[in-house]
Amino acid sequence: MKREFNIVIVGTGGQGLITLLQIIAEAAVTEGYDVKTSELHGLSQRGGSVEVHIRFGKKIYSPLVPQGEADLILGLEMQECLNAVHFSNSKTTFLINKYIVPIPLQKSVPEKIILENLKKFTGNIILIPAAEICQKEFGTNVVSGIYLLSFASFKNLIPLKSNSIIKAVKKIVPKKYFELNQKTFELAKKGGEPAN
Amino acid sequence: MEEILFNKPGEKIIFLGNEAIVRGALEAGVQFVSTYPGTPASEIGDTFYKIKNNFYFEFSTNEKVALEAGVGASFSGLKTLVAMKNFGLNVALDSLLPFLYTGTKGPTVIVVADDPSCHSSAQSEENSRGLALTAHIPTLEPADPQECKDFVKLAFKISEKFKIPVMIRTTTRVAHQRAPVKLEKITRPGLVTDKFVKEPKRFVTMPPRVLEMKKELLEKIKEIEKFSEKSKINNSSGMASRREIGVIASGISYLYAMEALKELDLKLPVLKIGFFYPLPEEKIKNFVKKLKKVLVVEELEPYLEKEVERLVKEVNCKLEVSGKNLLPEIGELKPEQVTLAIAKVTNSKLQIPNYKSRFHRGFSTESGQIPNSKFQIPKRFPQLCPGCPYWLVFSAVKKAVNETEVIFGGDIGCYMLAGLPPHFIQDYLSCMGSSIGIAHGIKKATGPAFAKASAGKQKLITFIGDSTFFHAGIPALINTVFNKSNPLIIVMDNQTTAMTGHQPHPGAPAVPNGIKIENIVRACGVKNLKIIDPVNQKEFIQTVKEFLNKNEVSVIIARHPCIFVK
Repeated sequence: MKREFNIVIVGTGGQGLITLLQIIAEAAVTEGYDVKTSELHGLSQRGGSVEVHIRFGKKIYSPLVPQGEADLILGLEMQECLNAVHFSNSKTTFLINKYIVPIPLQKSVPEKIILENLKKFTGNIILIPAAEICQKEFGTNVVSGIYLLSFASFKNLIPLKSNSIIKAVKKIVPKKYFELNQKTFELAKKGGEPAN
Repeated sequence: MEEILFNKPGEKIIFLGNEAIVRGALEAGVQFVSTYPGTPASEIGDTFYKIKNNFYFEFSTNEKVALEAGVGASFSGLKTLVAMKNFGLNVALDSLLPFLYTGTKGPTVIVVADDPSCHSSAQSEENSRGLALTAHIPTLEPADPQECKDFVKLAFKISEKFKIPVMIRTTTRVAHQRAPVKLEKITRPGLVTDKFVKEPKRFVTMPPRVLEMKKELLEKIKEIEKFSEKSKINNSSGMASRREIGVIASGISYLYAMEALKELDLKLPVLKIGFFYPLPEEKIKNFVKKLKKVLVVEELEPYLEKEVERLVKEVNCKLEVSGKNLLPEIGELKPEQVTLAIAKVTNSKLQIPNYKSRFHRGFSTESGQIPNSKFQIPKRFPQLCPGCPYWLVFSAVKKAVNETEVIFGGDIGCYMLAGLPPHFIQDYLSCMGSSIGIAHGIKKATGPAFAKASAGKQKLITFIGDSTFFHAGIPALINTVFNKSNPLIIVMDNQTTAMTGHQPHPGAPAVPNGIKIENIVRACGVKNLKIIDPVNQKEFIQTVKEFLNKNEVSVIIARHPCIFVK
């Protein structure tokens, strides 16, 4: 790992971004890294665009990922990934939930256009139908983020052991939801193949 | 959350900045806590409220009252903490200034959270540092959660030593930053207090004593300045490879400066200012004495830079001071802006892996544009939750009136989404409670005394939330009755303080012996009053139409619980 690992997660309010952030931070600390994160609270997060930052490494100063320095961008919603392109460079991986949350009174951006624009920045784009897989398997897509994160750990897209991730899930997620999250983790292990 | 009470010194736990503030207060042995919620300070109150452990806690009706409660607790000898967001400090300012004159008995810490970039703030991009100077309140600026905890403890110590309230000023990126924090022992002094001891010379600010008090305050500040000079929270780091260029930074800006130096692989002398007021002037002078250039890295207005410029004149008038010539005064700083500024001051080349692949530095998607493309990224606005009762109120109002003819007043709460799509019914928005005060002014200005052709014809509807009504709406309502104007006020009573995280308020059903808004409205002398569940659209529409034709003020209490109220 270089000096630090930078993650930006984007999505819409209510998709559980802060829970994911807490899980990654906890897992990073378990592995002995220094960690800093940044999130936003309040009205703007209610159904609006949400962006959170996690950085870990030997010594971390800024809680914000500097422009162009994300190693991994987790997109819980496809259109929101467009708002994060300035964090990417040619080595950045976009790991994206193939899922669109429509914007009221506007036409959703077609998948093709989204991918075209992301490809201007990096070739490492992995699109996973996490919402669909989780909906089909568990009747809910609320765990899509956990699916993506687990997938990232199994595919070595994030320098944290899968074991540290599931341990952190156990610590952060409320007890009554742990089983669902654990099943999601196992499901991601079997993994879907990248679509492109 | 239970980790906040872990009494395991030495253990490292990840805390949110606001949680670390709570932990610091617990380790210091806080006894009395009051607050009014407001992002980005809300989790301080929420955390205290949830743990309720061997201290007194209250959500007060507003920040002024919260501070006054804290003043009373301090006068009675209790270790006290009061928390609020920046705008809360404006509300509390009237009580803050005399508190500096009287000083504290029980040590008192006031936490104020600023929100550069206005992520969660409607009314202005406020910088509380200016108010700290006005009040002469010693002010510490932590950069991360560890410092949040440590600085709160230090603030209590300073308060105890100098008998003066001390302010902790955070910003969104500090308050909502998570990082590991090393625990120390929790102190449990319990809820024991001496009785209030009469000391009018100390607690009464009345002329001629008040000017003596000011003198005593300024003398205290001189003493605290000496403390600030010695304090470890103002420190310069060594190991500089280039000694002619230095950086001075405080709060989150310090972290960005350190990040930039790491990225540029530079070793410069850095002076970190933890004590914003009073500044360690000698330390600053010593730091800049031998430099050729200094860059001051701070967010918003250049308070620090101006002080540095003043001090530089005394010791090194040739020194080149940079700051706001390279960094923005509007919006929070971003780490890459600081990197660029330091690169510029040091004439360094940015050599960052993969840099060539980037479009260009300084590009952001905030404009909705992607470089070299006409493609516009769609903007996603925040929305009322599905099932929120406010949908029903807005829909009834839109059916009852011609939107283009009626003036709509907004206030602070979820219902200010009235100004966004798909609603668009908000013609003015200012601060807590102001929808009613401004409504009165508009009604008067467009009434018979001023306007001729349209005299009295322009109708006005204001929306104000239940918690906001208690906070600052009541005096304005009394004014409309007393000075006779006739807006229609709709109290958006969802029975909780929804926007900031569902804190209770005096009228919330979960509060025992709650105060009913309708009783207050009636007692203010309002005759046209109806309580309607907006589910009853027909009645709501009918009442809006009816009340808009009244010659006196009218109030509809739109009562339906927030979907998160159980």
